[in-house]
Amino acid sequence: MFEAILLTVITAATPLLLAAIGELVVERSGVLNLGVEGMMIMGAVTGFAVANLTGSGTLGILGAIGAGMALSALFGFLVLVLVTNQVATGLALTLLGLGLSGLIGEAFIGVPGLKLEKLDLPFLSDLPFVGPVIFGQDPIVYMSVAIVIAVAYALARTRAGLVLRAVGDNHASAHALGLSVLKVRFLAVLFGGGCAGLAGGYMSLAYTPQWVENMTAGRGWIALALVVFASWLPWRVVIGAYLFGAVTVLTFHAQAVGAGVPSQLLSSLPYLATIVVLVLISSNRRLTLVNTPACLGKPFVPDR
Amino acid sequence: MDSSTAAAEEGTNNAPPGGGGRRAGAEILLAARGITKRFGSIAANADVDLVINKGEIHALLGENGAGKSTLVKILYGALQPDAGSVEWQGKPVRVASPAAARSLGIGMVFQHFSLFEALSVSENIALALEKPGTMRSLGERIRAVSREYGLPLDPDALVADLPVGIRQRIEIVRCLLQAPRLIIMDEPTSVLTPQEADELFLTLKRLASEGCAVLYISHRLEEVQRICHHATILRHGKVVAECDPTLETPGSLARMMVGAEIANVAAASRPNETSPVRLSARSLSLAPATPFAVPLTGVTVEVKAGEVVAIAGVAGNGQGELFDALTGERRTAAGMVTIDGTPCGQEGITRRRQRGAAFVPEERLGHGAVPGFRLSSNILLTRHATDDGLVKGGFVAFGRIGEMEKRIKQVYDVRMSHDDPEARSLSGGNLQKFVVGREMSRNPGVLIVNQPTWGVDAGAAALIRQALVDLSRKGSAVLVISQDLDEIYEIADRIAVISRGHLSPAEPAAAMTRERIGLLMAGGAEAGTAAPAPVTAAAGGA
Ligand SMILES: Nc1ncnc2c1ncn2[C@@H]1O[C@H](COP(=O)(O)OP(=O)(O)OP(=O)(O)O)[C@@H](O)[C@H]1O
Ligand SMILES: [Mg+2]
Repeated sequence: MFEAILLTVITAATPLLLAAIGELVVERSGVLNLGVEGMMIMGAVTGFAVANLTGSGTLGILGAIGAGMALSALFGFLVLVLVTNQVATGLALTLLGLGLSGLIGEAFIGVPGLKLEKLDLPFLSDLPFVGPVIFGQDPIVYMSVAIVIAVAYALARTRAGLVLRAVGDNHASAHALGLSVLKVRFLAVLFGGGCAGLAGGYMSLAYTPQWVENMTAGRGWIALALVVFASWLPWRVVIGAYLFGAVTVLTFHAQAVGAGVPSQLLSSLPYLATIVVLVLISSNRRLTLVNTPACLGKPFVPDR
Repeated sequence: MDSSTAAAEEGTNNAPPGGGGRRAGAEILLAARGITKRFGSIAANADVDLVINKGEIHALLGENGAGKSTLVKILYGALQPDAGSVEWQGKPVRVASPAAARSLGIGMVFQHFSLFEALSVSENIALALEKPGTMRSLGERIRAVSREYGLPLDPDALVADLPVGIRQRIEIVRCLLQAPRLIIMDEPTSVLTPQEADELFLTLKRLASEGCAVLYISHRLEEVQRICHHATILRHGKVVAECDPTLETPGSLARMMVGAEIANVAAASRPNETSPVRLSARSLSLAPATPFAVPLTGVTVEVKAGEVVAIAGVAGNGQGELFDALTGERRTAAGMVTIDGTPCGQEGITRRRQRGAAFVPEERLGHGAVPGFRLSSNILLTRHATDDGLVKGGFVAFGRIGEMEKRIKQVYDVRMSHDDPEARSLSGGNLQKFVVGREMSRNPGVLIVNQPTWGVDAGAAALIRQALVDLSRKGSAVLVISQDLDEIYEIADRIAVISRGHLSPAEPAAAMTRERIGLLMAGGAEAGTAAPAPVTAAAGGA
């Protein structure tokens, strides 16, 4: 029973974690991409379609990542090159993704999906109890963990991370130092798109291996909120995503048991719990201030 | 020294005669010809020629808004000229971006800093270096090199916590560590102490002797005379003269810049001993807000109606914290600060403004004015709650603000390219004049100014100082925090010295010798004996 719950928590948290860590990188570079939901749903439908047509889960994953990146590349071109408004462009991207995915997915409604194989790690998966739960996951879960660790390490320790933070903190100074603001931002946007696409692919290849219109159901928006509440720190995004996943799963079980609590209250619980916990851990205002990208959402047009 | 300027092998001698400080036979490093840059209707640079030789410290002089920053930004690729060409070591180049300039070997210290506030000192420096190495080794290097340059830095400090004096040091050390072939410095010493400036000059001279060229912008003409080999003078965007500054006097240089004589500050009557106290701090103590801030301990000072009290001190000794406490940016116990006898330590800035106080912070772009706001909006920001009638029944009286903007512009001689521009488009000195003018034009009963003439040309500095003295003689209390001892002697009736968060009692200016101030700066009698020497040395330049 407990193992089963833990398993579902991981499954519920992974898409949030992936989408949020991608958006974190985008926002750290100073760009606000509100199109996460749109990129996720495009990842979901493309991943499903590719896996279904080729019969390969790996190609499905790649297709999902590619779809997210393609959409984000469009976003990047619009906001970075044509300097359109980031909020409006991001919203439009979500609408575009939702519409386009419905169109592409029409042929796949009701088609049985292809569920990703679990990837057992030698030795580790044979450990008692923790083995099957933690080390018996599908590849995307491992990828999500690897991505988070890589992002956290890169941000804190590498030159690339330093450049990313610098560009997000003060793009004018970064330009004056000879850093290529637009290139850094475009790469960050692409990375965010890839992560969001992967998160969508996880929904349609592992979470519920089928295509249902609008199946991301607002997870992109939750991921966006997580980034802010986590004050742009990777490990806090992990806490937020897993907490949200855990409380969601628990409320399902509570509803099933029939705890006598109104279901509306129960379904609002994950949001409440996540907000409360993340607000509590971000009480260190200094840390928050230092990590908030000062140029978030501001267009960069160098003086001529 | 040879008075004729020998050109490089190319045989093109474009440099006008008179460069007596120039070394004979020096090679041309950079030659800019016919540089023109227009902003709207005004030409910030009109057909400017500039030739810099290897190993030369070249001064670029001119009054506020003359176009100095515009010209160096073009050389650094941060702006593109409308016309003109640049040659680097005899080859025509297009400096399309700062990255291109840096790869040529041009480094720059900006007038308005280009630092990352959310990053540490070493991270800020690492970003400018090609191969910074590990953070630990870089930290060590910064510590060592910055001490060697006489501009000590703590590599782990966060830039957001540091006062402008220290930020200036970061900019300079960052530029020097890049080992550029041409160093452009836009007013690097305006917020440095005389000692720090002296150390910087030694470093620059050494670099120049090793063949590095320096393009040096400053409003402090004594230092230009001391270190520069050649000077180009701009007025209204045009080159009006070139000269050897060692053969000139500060007065003659200033005349070339402004085209007129500069007045001395005249203080009318002495202030009255029995005048009422309008501003006071009593045993003001304040814990540091950040790990790198200075705690204030028992600061006591009174400013009477009709007098100017100046606080001298080396940057980063608590000036910023004292300013924050006096203005209400940080609250203290109520009685620690009084305005016209009313305890107001618990009140915010707006409340204190309503009591007749006005404040000018040291950082004009970002703290004193919102860069992206028009000047009129910036006026509204500090004066919306005062009795100027700028807001009536919740509505903004734009007409009145417009009039006010025009008046400030006229009285304080703020020069701009078009009406009501964004604050960021003003030249540094002109923005300073605007910010000071905005506060002074209220005729405040209490005025607290931090670094009133940072980056302001000699003529405008005299104007601002005269206005400060005149304001006090009309019955206001004026408190000036400054690192410029010459300025302090020019305007102050009484002088106090701040050192590590302690303030010495304010004493009549006549009784305060430079030696005594130097001793107090070094922490009073208990601290080292080495301090007075550099201060007196600096005094020689007055
Ligand atoms: N981005 C801009 N937009 C419009 N006008 C500008 C801009 N930058 C500079 N100017 C104008 O160009 C003129 C020259 O400015 P510049 O900053 O080069 O002066 P400066 O010689 O550096 O003066 P200071 O000693 O005060 O720093 C000023 O009149 C200024 O208002
Ligand atoms: Mg300037």
